[in-house]
Amino acid sequence: MLTDITIGQHIPGSSIIHRMDPRVKILITLLMITILFFIDTFIGYFLFLLLVVIILLTAKLPIKRVLRGLKPVFFLVILTLFLHLFLTRGGEVIWQWRFLRIEEAGVFTGFFMVSRILLLIMFTSILTLTTSPLELTDGIEYLLKPLARFGLPAGELAMMMTIALRFIPTLLEEADKIMKAQKARGADFESGNIIQRAKALVPLLVPLFISAFRRADELALAMESRCYRGGTSRTRLHELKLKSTDIYLFLLAAGLAVAISFF
Amino acid sequence: MSQIEMQGVEFSYRDQQDKALAGVNLKVEKGEFIAVIGANGSGKSTLAKMMNVLLVPDEGTVTINGLETADPDNIWQIRQQVGMVFQNPDNQLVATLVEDDVAFGPENLALPPEEIRQRVDQALETVGMDGYQSHPPHKLSGGQKQRVAIAGILAMMPDCIVLDEPTAMLDPIGRKEVLETISRLNREENITVVLITHFMEEAGLADRIAIMQEGRISRTGSPREIFRDTGLIAEAGLDVPEVVALANQLRQQGVSLPEVMTADELVNSLC
Amino acid sequence: MLIELENIRHIYQLDDPVVALDGVDLGIERGEFIGLIGHTGSGKSTLVQLLNGLLKPSEGRILFEGKDINSQEVELKEIRRRVGLVFQYPEHQLFEETVAKDIAFGPKNADLAEEEIDKRVREALDLVGLDFESFKDRSPFNLSGGQQRRIAIAGVLALKPEVLILDEPMAGLDPAGRRKLLELLRHLHRDIEMTIILISHRMEEIARLASRVLVMDRGKIILEGRPAEVFNERERLKDIDLDLPVVTDILKKLKEKGLKVRTDVFALEDARDEILTALEKQSQFRESRPC
Repeated sequence: MLTDITIGQHIPGSSIIHRMDPRVKILITLLMITILFFIDTFIGYFLFLLLVVIILLTAKLPIKRVLRGLKPVFFLVILTLFLHLFLTRGGEVIWQWRFLRIEEAGVFTGFFMVSRILLLIMFTSILTLTTSPLELTDGIEYLLKPLARFGLPAGELAMMMTIALRFIPTLLEEADKIMKAQKARGADFESGNIIQRAKALVPLLVPLFISAFRRADELALAMESRCYRGGTSRTRLHELKLKSTDIYLFLLAAGLAVAISFF
Repeated sequence: MSQIEMQGVEFSYRDQQDKALAGVNLKVEKGEFIAVIGANGSGKSTLAKMMNVLLVPDEGTVTINGLETADPDNIWQIRQQVGMVFQNPDNQLVATLVEDDVAFGPENLALPPEEIRQRVDQALETVGMDGYQSHPPHKLSGGQKQRVAIAGILAMMPDCIVLDEPTAMLDPIGRKEVLETISRLNREENITVVLITHFMEEAGLADRIAIMQEGRISRTGSPREIFRDTGLIAEAGLDVPEVVALANQLRQQGVSLPEVMTADELVNSLC
Repeated sequence: MLIELENIRHIYQLDDPVVALDGVDLGIERGEFIGLIGHTGSGKSTLVQLLNGLLKPSEGRILFEGKDINSQEVELKEIRRRVGLVFQYPEHQLFEETVAKDIAFGPKNADLAEEEIDKRVREALDLVGLDFESFKDRSPFNLSGGQQRRIAIAGVLALKPEVLILDEPMAGLDPAGRRKLLELLRHLHRDIEMTIILISHRMEEIARLASRVLVMDRGKIILEGRPAEVFNERERLKDIDLDLPVVTDILKKLKEKGLKVRTDVFALEDARDEILTALEKQSQFRESRPC
């Protein structure tokens, strides 16, 4: 019963952020990330944080979910902080114990870096939280299209992403079933040391891969029989159309970005 | 000119000695509903793939509406005219939403978005799946998935649909849904149906049955003609439907009975 | 009583919790052949996965020989060895390089001695009607679908289970493959006296094989009894959209039309004889009383 999983972390909604064109959202995110690297004052970071909070509120996103998204980078954040605290030199010595020494510059840079990482993650998670994987794929495909001239198969890449999204729940369900079937034959996936456990996965992984290949084979046939011939010259049911609000919002974002970078 | 014409078609897979098709001759007329039955390994699926240019014969010819499949220039036109539904409903749905999946074919035909939208909604309505546009396929039942797959073919507006054991993985309700859909398409939309199956009850719905055996079509005829010949069916490794089997047994014991296909027909001719 | 289920409820904890089993009480005796019918989603698959401890019930107890299988004193591995479960499309779980190795997977997990494992593999292959010498070293992936299915079933039989549960074992097989598998089930039940639980959508198969039929609907067992009793309840079955075996349907319709036939036979030959006798009587009756 793994079929109920949600892919990515998209939270459906109808806010103005949700309804924005995915291309615009992706571009704004890229822009904001770039700006983030130019900010070098605490006021700048504060303003940026304020912006993030405003967007979160507008999108009616549960703050908890956003904070939970920061969990995986927790270790990285702590590491960055400590490295800077103890290794960056400059300014007055604030604290010293034998060879360990914290200087003023270390504190500043440390907190700068940490703020930067946290804000970066928060801003990108706004994108993934408010945009469905499907829209995201469409958006990326459109943005990559100009690169097709240089041989980048944008259409095919997008198709691959779509198929991956389509088949993740199916394969998870299948993994669950195979696992149960092997357990019924006495397989033990839960005990033993790392090597024993890795070995125990063979009866799960082999059938899973075989099944994935079989599915891929059949899917390829089904796609071919429905006239698929690569990404070229296809049209789309859902064409992305820029609305005027998208343009206003983009300009607003650009303005804010410039403004923040002045601090 | 028949819609599908196969003449002396032979085919072998690279890694196998025996010929999968060993000289198949078959004509399917426009608007016909033909069932192809045969044991596993008799060449049914290979035959189906010939009709959609997924395979091209080693010997002999396959022509669809006069277009020969061996000519690479005809491939896309033929695939638009002959749609194909496969056995495993999971492995033929490409998109994460029902409507995007149905749109896949028309998108490949490079139709304008407005027309795709219209065709998608129309096709979903025809298979009784209207209202499921934005459902993810993996949450549908097997029968619903197969109907979405059929809608995906209909949206390409084909003349003919080839279904390769479309009900083999479905439960009875799903089977009923799919068979009713197929029969209706044949009756109301005049779409030619080629149904590959080993369920004899399903074959009984067709206008004509072709029996496949060791890569050849050993016999074609109306369901009544075919089911009468128990010897032939047994030889092909198949079973007649229960009703027919019971009727045949009664006949052997001297009860005079006409040809019967359904329980009601048998009951009515007995008393 | 071999297996007892006491007031079992099972709920899948998803975003919207799904009640798969809603108060099931059931006793299974050694040597029974149980036919389990019901639509997709009625709870059949959940029920059988509870029987060998793959799932734990949300409420209620499952007793095997009087012991709660989910208690500390019972080893689940032991239960799974004694209650064999063949899933739908079991050939999808094959993974070893050779047929013999794959069938040996279960016995190996049970820590049996090398000779014993070897013996089990031979016996299991023999049971499913495949020749040991010619199949043992072949890759399971190069065999036909029907053969793969039988090898997967042999993989469970090699555990020598006392109870064998099969979830739609005939699905996707052609008539010949189906016949062979039915023959195997009959043999396992009659000659080896295995207790069998068979899930199937084919009412004919259930009617002809089972000693007891259970009908499930929305997480409950709504009907149970000998095949003749269960399939006598045409209306109840119709309510939940289940068909009668074709033969039963015909006999019942004949009876309604006044032909005096019994409706509790399921084999084609028996139905034929029943109809012939009734027709004969009817014509004698008519002759003895000319209008």
